[in-house]
Amino acid sequence: MAAVDDLQFEEFGGTATSLAANPDATTISIEDPHETPKHQPGPLRGSGREEDDELLGNDDSDKTELLAGQKKSSPFWTFEYYQTFFDVDTYQVFDRIKGSLLPIPGKNFVRLYIRSNPDLYGPFWICATLVFAIAISGNLSNFLIHLGEKTYHYVPEFRKVSIAATIIYAYAWLVPLALWGFLMWRNSKVMNIVSYSFLEIVCVYGYSLFIYIPTAILWIIPQKAVRWILVMIALGISGSVLAMTFWPAVREDNRRIALATIVTIVLLHMLLSVGCLAYFFDAPEMDHLPTTTATPNQTVAAAKSS
Amino acid sequence: MAEAAESPGDPGTASPRPLVSLGSATKGTEGEARVPPKEVRGRARDLRDLLLIHLLSCLVGDLWGPLILCVTLALMLQRGSADSEKDGGPQFAEVFVIVWFGAVTITLNSKLLGGNISFFQSLCVLGYCILPLTVAMLICRLVLLAKPGPVNFMVRLIVVIAMFAWSIVASTAFLADSQPPNRKALAVYPVFLFYFVISWMILTFTP
Repeated sequence: MAAVDDLQFEEFGGTATSLAANPDATTISIEDPHETPKHQPGPLRGSGREEDDELLGNDDSDKTELLAGQKKSSPFWTFEYYQTFFDVDTYQVFDRIKGSLLPIPGKNFVRLYIRSNPDLYGPFWICATLVFAIAISGNLSNFLIHLGEKTYHYVPEFRKVSIAATIIYAYAWLVPLALWGFLMWRNSKVMNIVSYSFLEIVCVYGYSLFIYIPTAILWIIPQKAVRWILVMIALGISGSVLAMTFWPAVREDNRRIALATIVTIVLLHMLLSVGCLAYFFDAPEMDHLPTTTATPNQTVAAAKSS
Repeated sequence: MAEAAESPGDPGTASPRPLVSLGSATKGTEGEARVPPKEVRGRARDLRDLLLIHLLSCLVGDLWGPLILCVTLALMLQRGSADSEKDGGPQFAEVFVIVWFGAVTITLNSKLLGGNISFFQSLCVLGYCILPLTVAMLICRLVLLAKPGPVNFMVRLIVVIAMFAWSIVASTAFLADSQPPNRKALAVYPVFLFYFVISWMILTFTP
């Protein structure tokens, strides 16, 4: 009898902690002694949840999730629903930008800065700024490179703004969508402890693009070596932010799939930066061309630098 | 016009709005002999107040002024059809869409952040604050009739920067006040980006 009472007490504990996760726990009846083996997963599940809290680094994660649930309760066709995605203050946006610029090993951008309050302000306006930074810097850089040439006629290349906008916004929304879908699919196969909502992934991607704004401005410098060094630095910083954010989400999975996911994330990021550099910025030719012997030297230099 | 907008004849009462400068401009007409620097300052204040009076019409959500300004700017920025194929400048429709789409986006952003300005008022303010940039475009077109060169470019650059600063100051005065204090910068930054892009289009205009 005492054993049953102990199990009874145990079960209350198990029910309280895993109530949200497993409502079936409440339906296990205590009077049936055959159920005893099934109680064993209970305490394991309970300790698993505590581990979960430690990994998340947040003792009151349940509380914050509850609060988040209470916050976003308006139906999606009201204006208030969308206002919840802009519920950030100036200092919070600055903190998130700072977090994307200084990746700390072991710290997770989502848990540290976003904390169940993903915003759309950062991703949207960082992408908008990046679009114009790339288009304007590319235009300026091409102007400076071709400055001395007699046959060069300056054009503002306004079409490139729309192309840049399509590329950047597609990257900032479709890649998170694909990644979220992939993570949800893996979650159904392997029980991952950490999982992100779609908006949190969009948020991380948006803020990770911030480093490319100063990079694009510095790409005006018409030196190939400088540009590639900038690519490496920017990729290093934002790639590590993304890798450290998503590693906990795929860590539980098959080793190869986890590594492949991280490598794909970083590879797509690199593709974006190298693609933008190649398309919007002309290759810098040799700087000190003698202006007397114009055409042959230019073609030779162009062949050398391409 | 200045007297009509101000409540008549109260030199003693201190009005809390920037309209108090209208009072000082009207006070200036008391004496005919004025020191030139004060006159210049009075004229500058009159110009700013002129813009503010038009902005007052935004209280009723007037959109005619912004529409006329936007059409004027777009007409001046577009190319002639002869060389439009090899030119990379914006077309009329592109400028129009950018101005109105940008203004709508900034207004939506401001309201989503929790500002309490009405939709049409915000559109109106942003539209009217295109006026300095339209003036800059006009001046740039005139300056471009002269001989091209670095001096030509510097003059245009200074004019565009000055008008850009004026646009920002005028629109920020209205839009920042409607936001809670911890989000002012978040609401003002898109305005900065918007006018920066328009200024860039004006500066890079080549006939």
